[in-house]
Amino acid sequence: MILKMSKAALLLVAVAGLSSTASARDLTVVAWGGPVQIAQSTAQFKPFSETTKIPLKEVSWEGGMGILRAKVQSGQADWDVVQVESDELAIGCEENLYEKLDVSRLGGKDIYIPESVSPCGIGSLLYNFVLGYDSARLQTEPTGWVDFFDLKKFPGKRGLRSGPKLTLEIALLGDGVPAKDIYKVLGTEVGVARAFKKLDTIKPMIIWWQTGQKPVELLASNEVAMSGIYNGRITAANKAGKKFKMIWKDSMFTWDSWVILKGSPNKDAAYKLLDFMGNAERQAQQLRLMANGTSNKQAVSLVSKDIAAELPSAPENHSGAFEVNAAFWLDNLDKLNERFTKWAAQ
Amino acid sequence: MSDVLVLRAQHRRSKLGRQFVSVGLVVPLFLFLVLTLGVPIAGTFWRAIDDSDVVHALPRTIDALRIWDGQSLPDESVYRLLAVDLQGARENETLALAARRLNYDIAGFRSLLFATARRLPGVAKESSFKDVMIQLDPAWGDLKHWGAIKNATGPVSLFFLLSAIDMKMNADGTTSMRSKEDSVFLQLFGRTFFISFVVTVICLLLGFPLSYFLTTIPARLAYPMLVLVLVPFWTSLLVRTAAWVVLLQNNGVVNSVLHDLQLTQEPLALIYNRVGVYIAMTHILLPYFVLPLYSVMRNISPVYSRAAASLGATPLRTFLKVYLPQCAPGISAGCLLVFAIAIGFYVTPALVGGADDQMISYYIAFYTNTSANWGLACALSVWLLIATVLLFWTYSRLLNVVPGNIP
Repeated sequence: MILKMSKAALLLVAVAGLSSTASARDLTVVAWGGPVQIAQSTAQFKPFSETTKIPLKEVSWEGGMGILRAKVQSGQADWDVVQVESDELAIGCEENLYEKLDVSRLGGKDIYIPESVSPCGIGSLLYNFVLGYDSARLQTEPTGWVDFFDLKKFPGKRGLRSGPKLTLEIALLGDGVPAKDIYKVLGTEVGVARAFKKLDTIKPMIIWWQTGQKPVELLASNEVAMSGIYNGRITAANKAGKKFKMIWKDSMFTWDSWVILKGSPNKDAAYKLLDFMGNAERQAQQLRLMANGTSNKQAVSLVSKDIAAELPSAPENHSGAFEVNAAFWLDNLDKLNERFTKWAAQ
Repeated sequence: MSDVLVLRAQHRRSKLGRQFVSVGLVVPLFLFLVLTLGVPIAGTFWRAIDDSDVVHALPRTIDALRIWDGQSLPDESVYRLLAVDLQGARENETLALAARRLNYDIAGFRSLLFATARRLPGVAKESSFKDVMIQLDPAWGDLKHWGAIKNATGPVSLFFLLSAIDMKMNADGTTSMRSKEDSVFLQLFGRTFFISFVVTVICLLLGFPLSYFLTTIPARLAYPMLVLVLVPFWTSLLVRTAAWVVLLQNNGVVNSVLHDLQLTQEPLALIYNRVGVYIAMTHILLPYFVLPLYSVMRNISPVYSRAAASLGATPLRTFLKVYLPQCAPGISAGCLLVFAIAIGFYVTPALVGGADDQMISYYIAFYTNTSANWGLACALSVWLLIATVLLFWTYSRLLNVVPGNIP
């Protein structure tokens, strides 16, 4: 009896082992999840599978250099095309975690906005970190980051992203530093102290959030009067019936990029996917579903005027914004994060 | 006499046979534990001391710095070797890891290395590399930077383990505490242990009456009530924590009820602060306290308490001198369990706590995922493990000193 059972068990294990090695992996694309990924899926991923008949697996993630490093270095990466932030793009390219991108296979670099093309990645999303508020709840409307720190004129709590990145820039902007000098000032010890001192003025009223949807919930439940928030979330919330508004001046923009993980077994299919996603009309379709900019130069001109007005790439929105300095944060994130932790504990 | 010897030999053989079988039955579990627990922990310990990034990228410089005394700047030959190394590292793509490693020591080192490596090809071979590099960036004339390279010699070093407890290695090889502005981890460890201690005490104060109550009700009621204690235990931790957000937020259930009952004017701040962390963590850890305590209390015979009462003891004295000591093993088991689990908490304080309520696991996660500084993440884990083991050891020593006698 025992002998029969163990024979059956051995057979089962052998079959399971064989079957797992026999199946090859589908092309896997990884994005940020939430309404943004839903828009990308509707406009890009699903049409790609339907048109090219290549099976596409969709996954979500929250970012984190360590995860990509672990996957590539173990040799067992189960992801192919990944959406990364600007600092993850720079680090991963230096550490040789991504394939070097041949833009000629994606239509040539002339069809893309210049800042979206890099040696290891092609731009996927352009978005801004803005000051957001619920216009239905605030009688007087704020005009900029200086008002963010004015608790008398605008009573109520404030929402900010947990961590020094974006927060310290906002503190200096609230203290009157012009956008073009932000990183110069932040690079000095005096500048960092100034930023923390400004944050001290509203410290007990700050609610720190970590995920992109949280500030929407905080504004909707009136937990905060104003919050730093991603522009796409405001547009999505307004589509759902809210009356949120945002301030484009002195907002911080950044490019997320698509990369192909090094050693991907689906490299050709990955290039086909990136080429497919670079098409202007399909990017225009994506723009109609969510308010993040895309990489193809022509895409904005294909959408209607009122949709274009919500986009970070629209001239009136882009002119007042400045880019988050990825190189600065690569050098200083760890150090400033420790400073931030200490400051938060006081 | 020979019969006895034969019997003894037979007995020994059968005993060995039984021992062999029982050991053999345990071997699969042992292997499983080694693979799933032993190997990863050993890997963590290894990564906390592994420091070979710089020696792979800049081998000649490291070699030359071995004889450097650290008192004055290195000579021209070392600068030349560094230039050669930087070129080579850029070509075989090992520069990035070395740049990150040195950036952990001195912020800004990363861009210093990359900028220097980019500009070096244009330098003529006859010029003084020392002067050229100091011209490119005055940091190359700073002893501190050369000291950082020397400290990163590896292949193993104490750099991460020291950083994790706010210490550093000086250029001359001695260790010292970091300056107050750069120290943050000891404070974080302190905060973690404090929060865990408070949660343990709250669980004790709430769990003890609950367990006692469960022992006093008839059995047919006790089992359903036990299930009530266990049902939250079986629900996903994330779901429970998210539910607390809904309950405790400004317009949440608790505040709305208090407002409607006219008990408060302003909403109470029950979440995104320490209060929310205590509430949510206690809710999650209470079953871990109740279950071991209940199992001990159930086996306490009521005979002893009745005997004490019949000898004239007041209820309070009976409780303190007779009942409580018998519960002691359950209480200590429950407290240890709650404390050990609380120390490792990450998700709950991250969702319901403020910026100054984050426990050490949050920072271990930060260094693992976001910052990809695995050396520091592993070093923090190692210290947490050592601290926990020491605590348990001290506690068990204390228990052995008082072997449960009723004085």
